[in-house]
Amino acid sequence: MTEALLSVRDLKVSYKVGRMSIDAVDGASFDVPKSSIVGLVGESGCGKTTVARALTRVMADNASISGGQMLFEGRDLAALPERDMNALRWRDIAFIPQSAMNSLDPVYTVEYQLNEVLRRRGGLDRRQARRRCEELFELVGIEAGRLRDFPHQFSGGMRQRVAIALALALNPKLVIADEPVTALDVIVQRQILDQLRDLQQQLGISVILVTHDISVVAYICDRTVVMYAGRVAEQGPMATTLTRPAHPYTMGLRNAFPDLQGAASGVLTPIDGAPPNLAMPPPGCRFAARCPFAIEICGSIAPAPVELEDGHLSACHRASDAAALRERAALTQTWMTEA
Amino acid sequence: MSAVEDKTDKPLISVRDARLHYKVGGALSALRGRSNLVRAVDGVSFEIARGESVGLLGESGCGKTSMGRLLLKLETATGGEVLFDGADVAGLSGERLKSYRARTQLIFQNPFDAVNPRLSIRAILSEPLENAGVAKSEREGKIISALELVRLPQPAQYLDRYPHQLSGGQLQRVVMARALILQPDFVVADEPVSMLDVSVRAGVLNVFRDVRDRLGLTAIYISHDLALVRYVCERTIVMYLGKVMEDGRTEDIVHEPLHPYTKALVAAVPAPHPDQSHAALPIGKGAPDPRNPPSGCVFRDRCPAAFARCAAETPALRPVGARSVACHLY
Repeated sequence: MTEALLSVRDLKVSYKVGRMSIDAVDGASFDVPKSSIVGLVGESGCGKTTVARALTRVMADNASISGGQMLFEGRDLAALPERDMNALRWRDIAFIPQSAMNSLDPVYTVEYQLNEVLRRRGGLDRRQARRRCEELFELVGIEAGRLRDFPHQFSGGMRQRVAIALALALNPKLVIADEPVTALDVIVQRQILDQLRDLQQQLGISVILVTHDISVVAYICDRTVVMYAGRVAEQGPMATTLTRPAHPYTMGLRNAFPDLQGAASGVLTPIDGAPPNLAMPPPGCRFAARCPFAIEICGSIAPAPVELEDGHLSACHRASDAAALRERAALTQTWMTEA
Repeated sequence: MSAVEDKTDKPLISVRDARLHYKVGGALSALRGRSNLVRAVDGVSFEIARGESVGLLGESGCGKTSMGRLLLKLETATGGEVLFDGADVAGLSGERLKSYRARTQLIFQNPFDAVNPRLSIRAILSEPLENAGVAKSEREGKIISALELVRLPQPAQYLDRYPHQLSGGQLQRVVMARALILQPDFVVADEPVSMLDVSVRAGVLNVFRDVRDRLGLTAIYISHDLALVRYVCERTIVMYLGKVMEDGRTEDIVHEPLHPYTKALVAAVPAPHPDQSHAALPIGKGAPDPRNPPSGCVFRDRCPAAFARCAAETPALRPVGARSVACHLY
């Protein structure tokens, strides 16, 4: 594996809710290699957005990093004083928030908003900023003539491009994109993903792409990190995790996705049940209650990640059995519960 | 079930040159020379046979939801006709309107928006029964069987719960049960799983397929996702800027799309596995302005195959083999 730009180690993020403390992320570890796209994938409530926000340390008021490290070029972001962290934002680490389409300020032109980042954060003067704005628009494929337009004058896809331009403004090394194509139509979605991939390769940056959609991961990511209920279930090279998944949850997710290139008669198989309540997480594996392959140990001891091949890890007690489980997981009746 | 007993081969739904035009903007935009007419649905015609499931496929702004609303008489057509069981829905009133309302139902996109959060599941499901004049004593039994129909295990346990106590998948099943409780003939489902997590989505789709087959329902499934449409509908109608581009068997459309727009749409769907095409999409950039669609074919300014005739003449929807295509190439 190439050198990591970012290493997340045993990250814990907690939310204070009333008197309770809920660990939305409970011990997540993964690496983001230089010049790569890492897909952070999972369903609502799995902690993927919480991880993304923790990395920028822009979090909800009741959230805090309660453990672990986030090593960015050797510096631990979790321990950095706010001043130093602030210096990294935009310049080294940029964030494209969920529904970036709505994150632009409607009362300012997009040029004004780009300028804010370029001049205040980047220290560029007026002329340099102007030139950079034009460059950025060219980079994301919008005519420079539209810099003076307001966000509402752009379509959804174009606003997403503006948000990407904004993130790239100061040449960051890492861009974190939270569901960047979720609200977009398929054609626009494809165009934005193509552009993101082009820019990532052209600029040699790293991207963390947070998504619930494994087809987005399959389309542009180099690595996959699958999260479930606040923990990393499986991670590895994208092609390996999606063609030879070693965690039952990933196997189940794969069954639930329709494939246009597959047979028409294919049946989609849901994973019955729902993720556990994180206020009272079960003692063992968090997926055990929905897992058709759970054995006794799964209910009592949380599985540690097992490395199966280079960089492919599965947090499953039966990971060494993955090949046999995959065969059974492909059958619909495996996932049927007596209801 | 009337849909099953009724063996007439007349289509349940006939849409003839339906139009739904909205006025937007004010005098100012008119002065600036901008058109203030949005043709959400613009000359759409199709028929749906009893028991058929049809996908209405297209991107945002293509008119698929407006078309669904016309079919349910939630909007009134500004031109053309929508016939349900032979009668123009625009002319329905009184008892006939009431019976039509009971026979046609809508399944909403976001289950959490589709129900009143202050009502219990029992109350949510009682409402349509009350409106239909079902006696109080019979309601509970009907509610339980509707919940069984959508495969909510041990339905009685849900009756006194409130929407926020249910998961998205469970609540969408309740919304489905509400739509089905009066045993309608025709259901419009508008992106019914787009708000749900993937692992539960499949369950809701399976219930939809199963219930439709069991009740012999006629259904319209509105979506922008061809892979989902393919999962539930044997036939697909592709819309773009208020017009039908292609109408045919879903398998034909998936494997051999004819209209250039359909080709782009099919090519854009990402696969959930690594081996897939990364070729550039055969479509021009830029979203169309629905207020100023291009002359002739509405797709021509993004079409890689456009030629002179496309600007001059609007292509009619014509039969090409087993399907219909609105394109001068065919």
